[in-house]
Amino acid sequence: MKRCLIVDDSRVVRKVARRIVEDMDFTTEEAADGQQALEACRTRMPDAVLLDWNMPVMNGIDFLRALRREPGGDAPKVVFCTTENDLSHIAEAMRSGADEYIMKPFDSEIIASKFGEVGLR
Amino acid sequence: MNYHDFEFVAGLVTERTGVEMKADKAFLLEGRLSPLARREGLVSIEDLIHVMRSRKEERLIGGLVDALIPNETSFFRDRAAFAALRARVLPELVAARKSSRVRILCAGCSTGQEAYSIALMLDQNLDLAGGTPIEIIATDISDRCLERARQGLYTQFEVQRGLPIRMLMQYFTQHDEHWRLSETIRSRVSFKKHNLLQPIGDLGSFDLVLCRNVLGGFHRDLANETLNKLCLQLKDGGFLMLGAGETLGAQGEGFAQAGADGLFKLSASAVNAA
Repeated sequence: MKRCLIVDDSRVVRKVARRIVEDMDFTTEEAADGQQALEACRTRMPDAVLLDWNMPVMNGIDFLRALRREPGGDAPKVVFCTTENDLSHIAEAMRSGADEYIMKPFDSEIIASKFGEVGLR
Repeated sequence: MNYHDFEFVAGLVTERTGVEMKADKAFLLEGRLSPLARREGLVSIEDLIHVMRSRKEERLIGGLVDALIPNETSFFRDRAAFAALRARVLPELVAARKSSRVRILCAGCSTGQEAYSIALMLDQNLDLAGGTPIEIIATDISDRCLERARQGLYTQFEVQRGLPIRMLMQYFTQHDEHWRLSETIRSRVSFKKHNLLQPIGDLGSFDLVLCRNVLGGFHRDLANETLNKLCLQLKDGGFLMLGAGETLGAQGEGFAQAGADGLFKLSASAVNAA
């Protein structure tokens, strides 16, 4: 089974995302900020990261840049999932190494579509 | 909604559009018809149906059809279908037509995502068409859907179903809560109003006809008639693409499976024989 790390400071969003991603046959792990996410990746690289932007301690974009510098950190497919929905944020995310981008609010169809785009299903 | 009212509405929709309304979906009708009743200044759906029974006003029937027929679609719906268009269908048609045009029909195009997906695919793969002009005509019965299709204005939900983020960045601009497809891509598709139950000859003949996830909702006899008409518009060697899982049934003669679910090719000899 593929593994997905769900990174969001909202417990509710993590729970919703977790249910959707597990229905797509992933095992999941959760992190509440970028620092926790980075530590989880150092322990074990996931296949996919669903990543919020605005979080305390370390935000999504800083996590992404740090992840891509880690050994093996270019492997996970990173899909942003954020309320930031303007082109400049999207472009910055893609330049920083994101593979896809979801603008909240999301549903299962959108996650399935975006995971499909990056070859995760 | 009582049984007689449902029968009346369902009968009208099938007669006008071919779409069959299932009795077990009667509860859905109420939610969809309430806005129409309100727009007409009527208190209830019962009043709306009463007005429709007493005078068959085309404007009202148009509103009813718009409210009730399915219009579900998305960009690049069914990845395998678009992979087949790119890998086989378009290269074969372009090679066969060379300097003349390749004509594509999207029948029952709803809000335009399928037709625009083909235009986007061609723009992303310029060598696909080479110098061959490709004409994309997209038809639908619903004025409301056609209006939205022509505007190329989509919600944040719609642009996230099937559309890669890099295409969104490249071809769309943001307008508040919506995203608008570029004029360049929009200008490559001609949208025309057409009811699939009506004769289709005026649109001419086509190298590729897509009618995906449309006929499955039709009354069976009307679906067969419509499919037959669409097949007659195909040039020899042309392709027909139905939705994944949709089949040709009795119209299958002369067609061969063409490498994707719902994709069929009309052999040249079948046309000559007919």
